Amino acid sequence: MKGKAWKFGDNISTDLICPGRLFHLRSNLPELAKHVLEDADPDFASKMNRGDFVVGGRNFGLGSSREHAPTIIRLAGASAVVASSFARIFFRNCINVGLPAIELDTSGIEQGDELEADPEAGVLKNLTKGTRMNFAPLPSVMRKILDDGGLAEHIKKRGDFELAD
Amino acid sequence: MPDMAMTLVEKILARSCGREKVVPDEIVDLNVDLAMTHDALGAHTAAKFEQLGAENVWDPSKVVVILDHYVPNKDVDTAKKCQNIRRFVQKYGIQHYYEVGRGGICHQVLLENGHVLPGMVVVGTDSHTTTAGAAGAFAAGIGVDEMAVVLKSGKVWERVPNTILVEIDGTLAFPLSSKDLILWILSKLGVSGALFATIQFTGTTVSHLSVDSRITLTNMAIEAGATNGIIEPDEKTLDYLKNATGEIPNCVHGDPDAHFARRISINTEDIKEPLVAAPPSPANVVPVGRVEGTHIDQAFVGSCTNGRLEDLQIAERIIRGRRVHSDTRLIVIPASQRIYEAACEQGLLASFVRAGAAVSTPTCGPCMESHMGVLGPGEVSIATSNRNFPGRAGDPTSEIYLASPATVAASAVEGQITNPKRFLGK
Repeated sequence: MKGKAWKFGDNISTDLICPGRLFHLRSNLPELAKHVLEDADPDFASKMNRGDFVVGGRNFGLGSSREHAPTIIRLAGASAVVASSFARIFFRNCINVGLPAIELDTSGIEQGDELEADPEAGVLKNLTKGTRMNFAPLPSVMRKILDDGGLAEHIKKRGDFELAD
Repeated sequence: MPDMAMTLVEKILARSCGREKVVPDEIVDLNVDLAMTHDALGAHTAAKFEQLGAENVWDPSKVVVILDHYVPNKDVDTAKKCQNIRRFVQKYGIQHYYEVGRGGICHQVLLENGHVLPGMVVVGTDSHTTTAGAAGAFAAGIGVDEMAVVLKSGKVWERVPNTILVEIDGTLAFPLSSKDLILWILSKLGVSGALFATIQFTGTTVSHLSVDSRITLTNMAIEAGATNGIIEPDEKTLDYLKNATGEIPNCVHGDPDAHFARRISINTEDIKEPLVAAPPSPANVVPVGRVEGTHIDQAFVGSCTNGRLEDLQIAERIIRGRRVHSDTRLIVIPASQRIYEAACEQGLLASFVRAGAAVSTPTCGPCMESHMGVLGPGEVSIATSNRNFPGRAGDPTSEIYLASPATVAASAVEGQITNPKRFLGK
């Protein structure tokens, strides 16, 4: 996966990613996705391209359990969310909706940097800066869920989730 | 011989996954004891469940469905969602269903009706599911896809949290309450200070608090990023649960020599005056004196954080015989039908109404922006609820201050943020 970095700060809440006032759009996800992150950057959805990365600071996705937040980031076309740390429920929801979540120190990544990620090897290259960062690959249960395209697909395929390697 | 000592949460999780010992950060496959969903995410959960091709709910006696977020329904969309939920409940024989007018806010309903017992693994499609930890359970929020899988299989994966022990000592007297205490703790931890961790509250202050007051602590554990909050059950917990269920439940306790990732000591004497979380985060906590005089357009007493009877009693003591300030509106919402009834019988609601407050039937209400009490551009609110992120309760330019019921009631009377101490003894 390869694309441009869209840099956001620390503590980007689910209210900023997917505000509650758009509750009525939750049954129309493509429309909801046009508003992704709009309270953090009003034009984000129109500026980003498919394959780009959403890059946050610490505690990305804090707040509510609405999985519409990662769902619309994925639907908008982001290839992954990269952050220094993630809020627990948001992180789980990312995996469950099939959006890769990469945890590493993002302080060296700037707006517009070209990034290339290899989640299996646990490597993120910053092509603009010529740097390379490692991150802990996901535990196997989460890798399998992601590979299957999210939790629902995973369960349909395997009947139950598989914790064992 | 490996160290077998475990914290309370490690013990609960070990039992749930059928192991003798679990350690922080490992991923375990838990058997769920109680699963809860509500009208905000229940219809999505039901749709996902059916997409999985499941034929039956794994155990309809362990599922609780509660309508609380957008009820009584505000529009056709939310009405349809509730219709779908009712169909789901009926089709799969869900045994615990709380209709509008019979339950209240999900977290309160789970506790006061004795659904949550010590040692349980509880999951809910709501981040404030942490609330149920006040009864000594492991309780955490999950997403819709995961809940669909729980309904099918009764299982969920969890990364075993390490435990931060928050030891609280000292007295907590009016105008201070457990809300001030949790805001103080949040100011120490920050909004990410407990990521992937358990916050276990202990100490003499906690022992002296009523269970209702303790619920405010575990409720807001999530605001420090915690997986869950928990309090070891004691005599008060057992009384509370006996009252709710008619029986005294068995308890699980942590080992005395368990390892804690971190210990934080809090002395309540350091809390000199009531606290307020200013925008834009629940951890942005200041003494009320720093923001006193800030004009408020709306005040809200209610929510799963502070909509219990003792909260209404404190607010009413301040409101009684006074008027809500002419430039301000006050919304009061009991957290459950039982609380609503008691508040009716005690004359509290009449007092609020006489003072010029809008009193509503139990619902999450203005805690999030999509049902009622929504804030307009630039409006300022003071609320007893739990979050004040930009856009949480209305227009992105509106602002929310979080405070105790006493501080919110005093502010409603004055039309500006006010230290409730002034109302002492009047």
